[in-house]
Amino acid sequence: MTKPNERKLTIARAMAEAVAQEMRIDPTVFVMGEDIGALGGVYGNTRGLLDEFGTERVRDTPISETAFIGAAVGAAQDGMRPVVELMFVDFFGVCFDAIYNLMAKNIYFSGGSFRVPMVLMTSTGGGYSDAGQHSQCVYGTFAHLPGMKVVAPSNAYDAKGLMTAALRDDSPVVYMYHKGLQGMGWLGTEPGATVHVPEESYALEIGKAKIARAGSDVTIVSLGIGVHHALKAAARLAEQGVSAEVVDLVSLVPLDRETIRASVAKTGRLIVVDEDYMSYGVSGEIIASVTEHDISVLKAAPKRVAFPDVPIPFARVMEQFCLPDPDKIVAAWEQMTAA
Amino acid sequence: MSPTRDEQHWMYRMMVTSRRFEEAIAKIYFEGKTPVFNMAKGPIPGEMHLSDGQEPVAVGVCAHLEPHDVVTATHRPHHQAIAKGVDLDRMAAEIFGKATGLSGGRGGHMHIFDADVNFACSGIIAQGMGPAVGAALSRKMQGKPGVAVAFVGEGAVNQGGWHEAMNLAAVWQLPFVCVIEDNAWGISVSKRASTAVAHNHVRAAAYGIPGVRVEGNDPYAIHAAAGEAIARARAGEGPSLLEVETFRLAGHFMGDAEGYRPEGEKDALFARDPIPAMRARMLDEGSATEAELAGIEAAAAARVDAAIAFARESADPAPEDALTRVFAA
Repeated sequence: MTKPNERKLTIARAMAEAVAQEMRIDPTVFVMGEDIGALGGVYGNTRGLLDEFGTERVRDTPISETAFIGAAVGAAQDGMRPVVELMFVDFFGVCFDAIYNLMAKNIYFSGGSFRVPMVLMTSTGGGYSDAGQHSQCVYGTFAHLPGMKVVAPSNAYDAKGLMTAALRDDSPVVYMYHKGLQGMGWLGTEPGATVHVPEESYALEIGKAKIARAGSDVTIVSLGIGVHHALKAAARLAEQGVSAEVVDLVSLVPLDRETIRASVAKTGRLIVVDEDYMSYGVSGEIIASVTEHDISVLKAAPKRVAFPDVPIPFARVMEQFCLPDPDKIVAAWEQMTAA
Repeated sequence: MSPTRDEQHWMYRMMVTSRRFEEAIAKIYFEGKTPVFNMAKGPIPGEMHLSDGQEPVAVGVCAHLEPHDVVTATHRPHHQAIAKGVDLDRMAAEIFGKATGLSGGRGGHMHIFDADVNFACSGIIAQGMGPAVGAALSRKMQGKPGVAVAFVGEGAVNQGGWHEAMNLAAVWQLPFVCVIEDNAWGISVSKRASTAVAHNHVRAAAYGIPGVRVEGNDPYAIHAAAGEAIARARAGEGPSLLEVETFRLAGHFMGDAEGYRPEGEKDALFARDPIPAMRARMLDEGSATEAELAGIEAAAAARVDAAIAFARESADPAPEDALTRVFAA
C-alpha cells in the first residue's frame, strides 16, 4: 500500500533515475553496454535514458565486452565517467582482463596519477531456471580482487543512493544488482525491494552496512536478495520468540566489518546468507571478520547458508534445493541452538 | 612526405636515447644475477623486455604526436615511452622500483604510466587496445583534440581483444591508430607458425578501414605511413591499421637464450641495425653533419646517464606504502 507522499520505485527505475540525474549535471557521464539504448537494458535499469540523452551518451555496443569495458577504462582515464553494463555477471569470463588487470589496477600502477572513475553495473543471481552460465552471483570473485569497490543493493532506496555515489567516485565501482530484485515481473519480483525513493538526488556512503532489522539473539548477515530471505526468516523466528538482527552489507568493498562485529558482539550468534558459492567467498570472509577479531563473543559456531559448490543446475527442483531461502535460515538457527 | 630536418634530428636523438637506455638497463640488470641467473636479484629485479632494434617504429609514429595525444604500450614499452616524452628520470626510477618512480615502484617496467604525456601500459598482450579506443571515444565525445595510438606486437593480433577493439574503433569511427610492431617472434614461436595470413595489415579489411604495411624497419617510411594514418584520425576520418616490419636485437626477455632463432639470424639483423643506417643516411643526404650527430649522441648518452644516476641514487619506497593508492585519493 502506498502512503501519501510515498514514491515507490523498483530498483531498475531507481538506478535509471540516479544515472539520469547525474547525466543532467555532469556531461562526462555516459552509458555503454549491450541493449542499454532502445531496449532500456534487459533489466530495465537504463530505461528512458536514450530518449533524454540520445545515442551519443547512451551507446548500444557490439557484443564485445572486452572492447567496451577496456574502452571504458581508457575513457575514464581521459576524463569521462562511463557507466558500462555487463549484462550478466556470468559473462565476466570473456572480459575479465579489462576488469581486474586494467580497471582495477591502473590507479595503483600509475601511483594514483590516473583516476578510473567508472561504474561497471552487472546483474547477478538465479532462481528462475537459467542454469549456471546465467545465474551466478560471483560476489566473492569480484570482492576478492583488489582495486574495485563493490556494492550490492537490496532495495530501491539504496540502489539510487549507491548509483549516485558510484558515479561520483574517482575509483571503479562494481555495481551488482540482483535480477530477482529488479522489479521485472518476468524474473519474479521481491516486493520488499520496491520502496520509497526520494525524487531529489542523494548519495549513500560506499562501505557502510545497515541494520535492516534490529534484534538481540542472532545476527543474520547478508546482501542483495539474501537480505529479504533473512528478513522473512527473522519474522518467522520472532513468532518463536527469537529476536534476529539482520545486517544488510550494502557494500562488499570496502566491507563494514565494524557493523558486523558490533552486531555479533551484541547477539553472540552469526548466520551468513549468501547466494554465491559457499567456499572461498563472502560467507567465509564475514565469519573470519568476526572470529579473527574476537572469537570470545561467539556463543555458538557460526553457520552459513550459501550456494553449494556445484554449478547452478537448470531443473527447478534442483536449483531451489541449492538456493538459500528463509526455510534454510530458520533451519540453520535450529541446528545452531540444538547443538 | 619525408620527415623535416628537425624531425630527423629528433627521431635520431630518440632512437639513440632509447638504445643507450636499453644498453644501460641490460648492463645493470645482470648485476647480482651472476654467476647463477636469478630474476629476483640485483638492482633491477623482475622480467625485462628490451626494445633494441624496434626504435624506428616508436619514433616514426610519435614524431606525429603531441603530449595531449594518448599512447598505450606493451610489456616492451621503453622505446615507445621515450619517444612519447615520458619523464626519463622517473621512468628509470620506476624500473629500479624506487620511491621517485612514476608510480613510486608499484608498477615496474611493464607498467609505465605518465599522466603528463597520456602514456599507459598493459603487460597483457593486446590489452592496451581497449583503453586506447576508449580514449579516442572520449576525445570524440568531448570534442577535445587528440588521437589515440595503441602499440601492439604482431602476436597480439591473434588475441580476441585485438579484434574486438578494432571493430569497436571502426564501427564508431574513432580517432584511433593501431600500430603493429611485427618483430616476427612471439617469444619463441614464429609469426609463420602462429598467424594464418602472411601480413596482418590485410586484417584491416575485416573492419572496413585502411591497412598499410611498412617493410624494412625504416624510420623514414614509418614516419610517412604513420603521418597519413594519424592525419586521417585527426581529420575525423576514422581509425587505421599500420603494420611495421621491425626486429628485436635482444631476446624476448633478459636471460632468453634465443635457441629458437635460425642460425645466423641475429648476425643478419645486427647488420641491419636501424641506428647506424639512419646515421649514414642523414650524412649521405646532408640532413646532418658529423658534428651534429656526435652532439646528438653525446647528449643522448648524458641524458641516459643522468636518468640512471637519478634512479640509482633514489631511495627505496617505504615498504608499507604498498598499501596505499589502491583507490583514487
